[in-house]
Amino acid sequence: MSPKKQAEAAGSHLSILRFSTAGSVDDGKSTLIGRLLHDSGNVYEDHLAALEASAKKSGSERVSLALLTDGLKAEREQGITIDVAYRYFSTPRRRFILADSPGHVQYTRNMATGASTVDLTIVLVDARSGIIEQTKRHAFIAALLGVPRLVLAVNKMDLVGYAEERFQDIVADFTEFSAKLGVREITFIPVSALEGDNVVERSGKMPWYSGQTVLEHLESVYIAGDQNLVDFRFPVQYVLNPSQNFRGYAGTVSSGVIRVGEEVVVLPSLRRSKVKAIVSAGDQMCGLQKSEASSRDAVVLQLEHQLDISRGDMLVRPKNMPRVATNFDAMVVWLGDAPMDPSVRYIIRHSTRESKALVTGIDYRIDIHTLGRSDPLPLQGNEIGRVSVATTTPLFVDPYQKNRSTGNFILVDPVTFLTVGAGMVIDRARSEDDADIGGNLHQEAALVTDREREARSGRKAVTVWMTGLSGSGKSTIAKGVERALFDDQVPVFYLDGDNLRHGLNKGLGFSREDRSENLRRAAEVAALMNRAGVSVICAFISPYAEDRVRAREIIGHERFLEVHVDAPLSICEARDPHGLYGKARSGEIKNFTGVSDPYEAPEAPSLRIRTASQPVDQSVAEIVSLVLRSSTV
Amino acid sequence: MHIPSHLEQLEAESIFIMREVAAQFERPVLMYSVGKDSSCLLRLAQKAFYPGKIPFTFLHVDTSYKFPEMYEFRDRTVKDLGVQLIVHRNEPALKDDANPYALGTQRCCALLKTGALLEALAKHEFDAAIGGARREEERSRAKERVFSFRDKHGQWDPKSQRPELWNLYNGRLGKGESMRVFPLSNWTEQDIWHYILQEQIPIVPLYYAKKRKMVVRGNMLIPVMESDPRTFQGHRVEEVMCRFRSLGCYHCTGAVRSEADTLEKIVSEMTQVTTSERATRIIDFDTDGSMEIKKREGYF
Repeated sequence: MSPKKQAEAAGSHLSILRFSTAGSVDDGKSTLIGRLLHDSGNVYEDHLAALEASAKKSGSERVSLALLTDGLKAEREQGITIDVAYRYFSTPRRRFILADSPGHVQYTRNMATGASTVDLTIVLVDARSGIIEQTKRHAFIAALLGVPRLVLAVNKMDLVGYAEERFQDIVADFTEFSAKLGVREITFIPVSALEGDNVVERSGKMPWYSGQTVLEHLESVYIAGDQNLVDFRFPVQYVLNPSQNFRGYAGTVSSGVIRVGEEVVVLPSLRRSKVKAIVSAGDQMCGLQKSEASSRDAVVLQLEHQLDISRGDMLVRPKNMPRVATNFDAMVVWLGDAPMDPSVRYIIRHSTRESKALVTGIDYRIDIHTLGRSDPLPLQGNEIGRVSVATTTPLFVDPYQKNRSTGNFILVDPVTFLTVGAGMVIDRARSEDDADIGGNLHQEAALVTDREREARSGRKAVTVWMTGLSGSGKSTIAKGVERALFDDQVPVFYLDGDNLRHGLNKGLGFSREDRSENLRRAAEVAALMNRAGVSVICAFISPYAEDRVRAREIIGHERFLEVHVDAPLSICEARDPHGLYGKARSGEIKNFTGVSDPYEAPEAPSLRIRTASQPVDQSVAEIVSLVLRSSTV
Repeated sequence: MHIPSHLEQLEAESIFIMREVAAQFERPVLMYSVGKDSSCLLRLAQKAFYPGKIPFTFLHVDTSYKFPEMYEFRDRTVKDLGVQLIVHRNEPALKDDANPYALGTQRCCALLKTGALLEALAKHEFDAAIGGARREEERSRAKERVFSFRDKHGQWDPKSQRPELWNLYNGRLGKGESMRVFPLSNWTEQDIWHYILQEQIPIVPLYYAKKRKMVVRGNMLIPVMESDPRTFQGHRVEEVMCRFRSLGCYHCTGAVRSEADTLEKIVSEMTQVTTSERATRIIDFDTDGSMEIKKREGYF
């Protein structure tokens, strides 16, 4: 027998069921877990001996099975558990990983964490009290996190005389409530964890119940169908480049299946190639060649073409792409102690990609007690709400409902680096500002390429992005540059912030988000004009580095020339051509850059112009020269 | 469509974690402790970066009290793999003859393991240290994160740990802070043995049953080291057919009676086992919750 076969014979081939439990100590959750472990023969003798000793110490007759699952010393002393603990056990039919997320405090956050990876959640109900607010809350969180199936364990049946009627009432109540949740599969089991009825062993006291015990259900429930095998998504995790003749992209298939020879598209570059080989060290060591990789496989993909691909890129199929989005809606569970702050640019992690994100809007919060909607205030710790998110670079997202692995993200505080939010992308009609990747592809197929246009005109169009304080001299210089280049026969256009606000950007104000959107649209316009062969001179205060980074990405690194029009605030304020500083100082204008809002100076601009110490003509000449140098093909 | 078995799922998950470490950190180190879990870690690291080399430095925190078989195995493994190994000992403490007889296991561990580890991590400015700990091993580890955050003093605070959802690991660090990473978090002792069998992974021979000289104390078997008379002085020494379930320092590692002298026999013995792996570690008997105290102080 081969080693692999031997290991299989010993049980290495079993499937894993990941599940979580919800319910408070009062519902007997710890007892249920203890019972499950104990009766399935998964408690070590030395652990049991320790429990017996501590039972004796506290003068109790009965060994408390609940103690089996209590982890940390401090928590044991307080008698409560406050975090997610993982348990491992197995039966001859399956391996189990249990995410036990107990505790009264921080409940939402712990339960969401536990539920994020599981195939099933057991919700405990006390047969005496039936479906209470808390039961609904637990079921809601499980449904929110996309747990495909629930088990409602109606516990303490011994305390209601094992009455079928009581059980049926609870089943009816919950069935009515759960219709709204959208959970695929719900199973009801009457149990007594304390007495061991229907946990592992069938109960003789409830002859009216002919269904499975909790363990039987866990052992046999069908989960293989949960995998999304349709939408191929491969986030590049790590680039392997050990030698001249090997370049491979390491990662784990998030969903779907890919085979050698099939065509893939790289996001965000939209380059296409074909899968040359699927490298899997395990198979290779056994002299096998892998021809297919599917959901959850950790592999290395080699492509036929040499492309520039790095961590955070995603390989997908040409006709099945995720949304490439910088704006999306999401349900967010707030994990942080400090409330969500709409002015903070959080670090967002999605698959292997990282960006910065602003919460640009809050649609509503969920009232965790009634599950109704409440006022759209920033989320506090342990609150859930529907929000709009804007990122500085595009993410490749699917709706969480459709794809659990590419629909989730976390928000990280940029100062403390704590994980403060967990999000699930919501499907919504594509708004006009989301790049429709399918559309871009059709454009790619246009018969005239950018290169051909450049070859004909003999030059490459560029964008000069002038950033600086109000009154630093941007507009004056920009107009001068436009005139000079035009006179030099260079196709050029000056894009003025104020002018755009009269048309394309009508309706946008001066809030952080609106300013950001204003700049994004300007960048898109500049990008289009550049592709059409016209160089663009942009003059925007554009105070945030992040917005400029995004503009650079929209326009393209090779076309984007950042020019910092640098003048001390005191000089700008003295110039004050439109009287704005005065109004800002008096408080009439809010969020005014330099006065009541920060200006983040560029660290390494293509050119820095100090308008306090040199005449306008010289500044114009420097920029014209930069443009002529950069636009040479 | 192939449905992955639990071992394949665990392997893929661990490989993913290894690659995250390589991608997210600047100076990652792999804690190599020579035991069976370390052997599995090594194989997983090889697979994660195949056909490239393992992009981690290796670190062995050596108490000087390991079994000779462990040192031999370590040196051979490192040579075969061609990796860079740093061995770090708390030399001042050893010069003062730190040992568990004089100090008790708590103090001894604090100096030779915890102290030496923190020293080594600080000295080489490692920002991430990969270890082979499993959540199933010990109660206090059940809620350990895969990416376990340590403050500037290398300390672990259960309250400052970051929630881990899905497979999104947040490895961001401030100055002086570090991360311990546990790719084997979801593995059980049984999984480890299945994997060693399936992959034919080399392990230290002490794991195989053999007649060995032991001091028998209750149902504990304490190994006799010819080189260290303290291990047998004043006790009756017996030859016992036994093996080690987990390996540590020879003072503090008990053996178990066993006939399992092949991997197949070990795997089948593991399916019958009724005590936890740590029952053979003398270290855990000190005080209730002793592992948790060590962890707070920075022990792995």
